[in-house]
This record gives sequence, structure tokens and C-alpha cells, in this order.
Amino acid sequence: MPEPAKMLSGTTLPPISLWRRGKNAVATLAAVGAVILVLLPLGAIFAYLVYKGVGSLNWAFLTQTPKPVGEAGGGMANAIAGSALILMIASLMGVPVGIGAGIYLSEYGQNRFGDLVRFTADVLNGVPSIVIGIVAYAIVVLTQKHFSALAGGVALAIMMIPTITRTTEEMLLLVPQTVREAAYGLGVSRWRTALSITLRTATSGVITGVMLAFARVAGETAPLLFTAFGNQFWNWKLNQPTAALSLQIFNYAISPFDEWHRQAWAGALILIVLIVASVSAVRLAASRGTLKGAN
Amino acid sequence: MPGPQPIAKQEVAVDGQVKAPPLAQVGYSQLADRAFYYAMLACGLCVLALVAIIVYQLISKSNLSWHAFGLKFFFRSEWDPVNDQYGALPFVYGTIVSSLLALILAVPLALGVAVFITEMAPRWLRGPLAFTTELLAAIPSVIYGLWAIFVLVPLLRLYVQPWLARYFGWTGLFGGFPFGYGMLAAGIILAIMIVPIISSITREVMTAVPQQQREAVLALGATRWEMIRTGVLRNARAGIMGGVILGLGRALGETMAVTMVIGNRAEIARSLFAPGYSMASVIANEFSEATGDLYLSALVEVGLALFIVTIIVNIIAQFLVWTVTRGNPARGHA
Repeated sequence: MPEPAKMLSGTTLPPISLWRRGKNAVATLAAVGAVILVLLPLGAIFAYLVYKGVGSLNWAFLTQTPKPVGEAGGGMANAIAGSALILMIASLMGVPVGIGAGIYLSEYGQNRFGDLVRFTADVLNGVPSIVIGIVAYAIVVLTQKHFSALAGGVALAIMMIPTITRTTEEMLLLVPQTVREAAYGLGVSRWRTALSITLRTATSGVITGVMLAFARVAGETAPLLFTAFGNQFWNWKLNQPTAALSLQIFNYAISPFDEWHRQAWAGALILIVLIVASVSAVRLAASRGTLKGAN
Repeated sequence: MPGPQPIAKQEVAVDGQVKAPPLAQVGYSQLADRAFYYAMLACGLCVLALVAIIVYQLISKSNLSWHAFGLKFFFRSEWDPVNDQYGALPFVYGTIVSSLLALILAVPLALGVAVFITEMAPRWLRGPLAFTTELLAAIPSVIYGLWAIFVLVPLLRLYVQPWLARYFGWTGLFGGFPFGYGMLAAGIILAIMIVPIISSITREVMTAVPQQQREAVLALGATRWEMIRTGVLRNARAGIMGGVILGLGRALGETMAVTMVIGNRAEIARSLFAPGYSMASVIANEFSEATGDLYLSALVEVGLALFIVTIIVNIIAQFLVWTVTRGNPARGHA
């Protein structure tokens, strides 16, 4: 290498041909175009939601039950409450099991059996929601002989578990092994270490996973069609058909009535605000969380 | 692992809990450790049990239809609840065609987005862009359906479909009356829905390509596009394929948005304008109204088929993604 400086100066490099520069420019333009094309429907959906939804939102919508066909007014109060009820049941069942399975995988699952559980969780994650609906129908509705809030909650819980399991495991594995060893060294037992040291350290990450799972099932409709079924009236009983926001949006959207279309938009706006709020909260929590490496 | 330690146990048995607190504590915490282990194990077993329950329920509830029609179920195009004759061909066809259409539309877009975000965009733009495209994934399917009914379908009926019919009508794919509702609408809404999945997986595998690859190609005098093509895309292609297949899996199982715009008619037509039906939407529409055991059983069998196909597709996809990302334990190191 006698003259590296001269090579680096670049005077001997041939110029890049017009053809190659042209291809580069076309590729760049194509990528920018793709981004615009993808952002366009996103913008359109949000703009339309706000435009249609805000106009139809009023106090009655939030406080009243649906009026019979042809009568103006009425609202989705019972559907909002029903969604809350179903999501609460789902969370009560899905969150502890999901976190438990996540702890199992990270603390005890570095073996063949752990791999099997991991793989199965991924499989469960890919099962279409409508199929989960069929299964919840078979195990809850058929035995109870009723469409019910419980059946809807079971369906959504099944959908939450794999997401929570995998994110919990991932977050717990980010906690350095030395932290665990420090706890053992102080004579802390294994279970206390797992709960009060490891899980505690990874709390923000685990909550992120839980919220993501929650946001994912909050708008689910397909598994509720023949489990919670929907209801035009208030219902607080676990073993009765229950209204849900997403179901109501679906039923109103495919109906032929303008008044119901309006209400479908208002319902959709409320649903999306809830979901985006929880996803954004998660992003914020994750970026400020104790575990910077979590995201 | 909480292995049994006979010494500590004996001490507890002899001393009870009063005399030797340290030893007694060892015994107590061992018991607690054991209990904790089994509780967590039970949660892990729950995941296995759920999949087992799903498989068992789908198989046992579709038994009737399986015995009545056998494998021919998927090759018959007759769906007639009145005479108890069921064949799933129109649904299989509708699911495959709408999903493939979605892939054809979504893959170039998703790749473009991923390339732009990881290789071209200025650093400050990357995070917000990635977040925005992922917002698309957070929108519930029923809201996509709602938007499609009131915005996409009229747009197709008034502008896109007449245009397609005039210039591409000769292909036979765009014939018939432009309803707006139909296979084309389903394919487009599915494409919008799967872009975020494909592009986020693609981004992940592209990030896993070592930075040295890019530098090496650039050092040979490549333009940026040549660097992306030979240095990044070629190395990540298996993983990108995995992302595409994962998107396919999502499209196959997608229910609500498709149900709301596909037209819901159990027919097989060549034209993409014609209304169709998909496997997931026939379950959504008819399950709660299905009278008769054979009818219900046939619908569950459609669900079983959907389950098996999506599982296979997802396993292939995960394997492909894993082949690219496995060698990179520290994500973002590059």
C-alpha cells in the first residue's frame, strides 16, 4: 500500500453512471411513495372517524340504551358498560395466567418443556379470533345453555394469554442475572426473588405487555358474535347475553338506517380513542420505564 | 430447580418450628419455593391445555360433518342449509383469492415502507414513522370494516371499478356490474390491514443485517439503492419471506372487515367485482343462526380447516424469521 492517501482522495474513481443514479432515484421515490400510500388510508380513517364521530357524539349517546328502529336518539351506554364487563372478566382470567406462564418460561423454562410452551404460545397467538369464538361457544355457551358475558370474557382471555406470556418472559429475561444472584446471596428465597426482585424490576415492561394485549382484544368483534351475542338493554349478570361496543358498531354498520350509521361512527370514535390512548400510554411508559433496553 | 433436600426436611421434622428458626426457615422457604414453582408450571401448562382444548373441541364438534361429507366437503360448491347439503369450496376460494389479492397489493408497499424507515429516512423521522405505521395495526378490524363500507366501497363503485372495467375489462377479472362490495373491496381492506405486520417484521430482519454488510457494499462504490438491494434485502430475504407469510396468515383468518365488504354470497366468479364469501365470514354470519346439528358441524369444520391452515402458515413464517434473526442476540447492536 504505497499511496493510500491518493486512493482515498477519490480522484481516480470513475463517476457513477447516470443509469445507476437514475435507478437510485427511482428506488428512493418508490419508497417515499409507498410510505405516502400507506399513511393515506390511516389519515383518511382517522379524519373520517373524527368528522363523523364527533358530530354524532352527545350526552344521550353516552347515557342511554338503544332506541327501537325508526326512533331517533338513544345511545350505547349499555354497550360501553358491557364491553367494560367483558374486558374485566377477560383480564381477571388472562392476566394472572399470562404473567405466571411468562415467569415460568423466564425463571424455570430454559429446557425442552419450556421450548414447547413457548412454541405453543406462539401457535395460540396465530389462531384466528373467530376460531377462538367457536371454542368459547363450545365450552361455555353450550354448557350454560346461554350466550353470556362470561363466554365473551373467556374468549378474550384466551386471546390475551399468549401475548402477555411472551412479553412477560421477554421483559423478565432483560433483568440481569446478577440481580437475581445478588438476591440469592442475601438469602432471599427463589420465589421472593422472582416476585419482589425480578418481576418488580421489570414491572413497566410487563405492564406494557398487558396493555398491548388489552388493546388488542378491546376492539375484537369476531369472538364475541356468538359468545356475548349482544343485547339491546342493560345487563350486569354474567350468564346473560351482553352488549359490547364492537358488536354494536358491527350491527349498526351493516343496518340500513342512517341514524344507526351515525351511532356506529360515534361508537367507533370512542373505541379508537380508548385503544390509542392505551397504546400511547404504553409507549410513553416504555420509553420512560426503568428498563431502557425494553424497547 | 427446587430439588428435595432431605437434610433440611429432617431437621424440621425433629425440631418443629420453635427451637431452630434458621433451619425452620429453610424448610418453609423450600416449601414455598416448591409451591411457587408448581403454580407457575400450572400457568405454563394452561397454555398447552388451551391449544389442546381448541383442537379437541374443533375436531369433536365437526365430527358429524366429517362423517357426512368426508374430504369432499372442501371440493363441493353447494351450500344449502335447507336441504342439509354443505360444501366449503366457495369459502375456500374466497379466502384464498382475497388473501392473495391483499398480498399482491401489500407486499410492495410494506417493503417500501420498511426500506424507507430503516435505510433512507433521517434518524429523527424513524421513530415517529414506525409508530404511525404500527398505529394501523392497533385499529380494530370492525372499524376498518365500517370505514370500508362508507368510504372505500363508494369510492370503488363510483371511480375505481368503472375505470378498471374500461381499461382492463378484457382480462375478464374486472367484468360485471360494479357493486363496490365484493372480492376487490375485501382484498384492498385486507391489504391495508396487513401492511403494518409485514413492514414491522421486515424492519426487524433488516435491522438484524450487520452494519458491516452495508459498509462493505458502499465501499465498493455502490449507490444507496444498490447497497440496499445487494447488501440488505438479499441477506434478509428469508426473514422478509417470513414476514410476508405471517401477513398471509393474518389475512386468512381476518373476519370482521372482510365480512362487512365481501358481499357474502357463496358463489365462485371469475370477476373480482363479484360478491364472494370467505371461510371466516361464513362462520361469523351463520354460526349463531345455525339450526340443526349438521349445519353447525359443517361451520365448525370450516373453522377447523381455517385453524389448521393458519397454524401451518404461522409455523413456516416463524421458522423463516428465526433463520435470519437467530445469529443476532443483541438486537440493535448493528
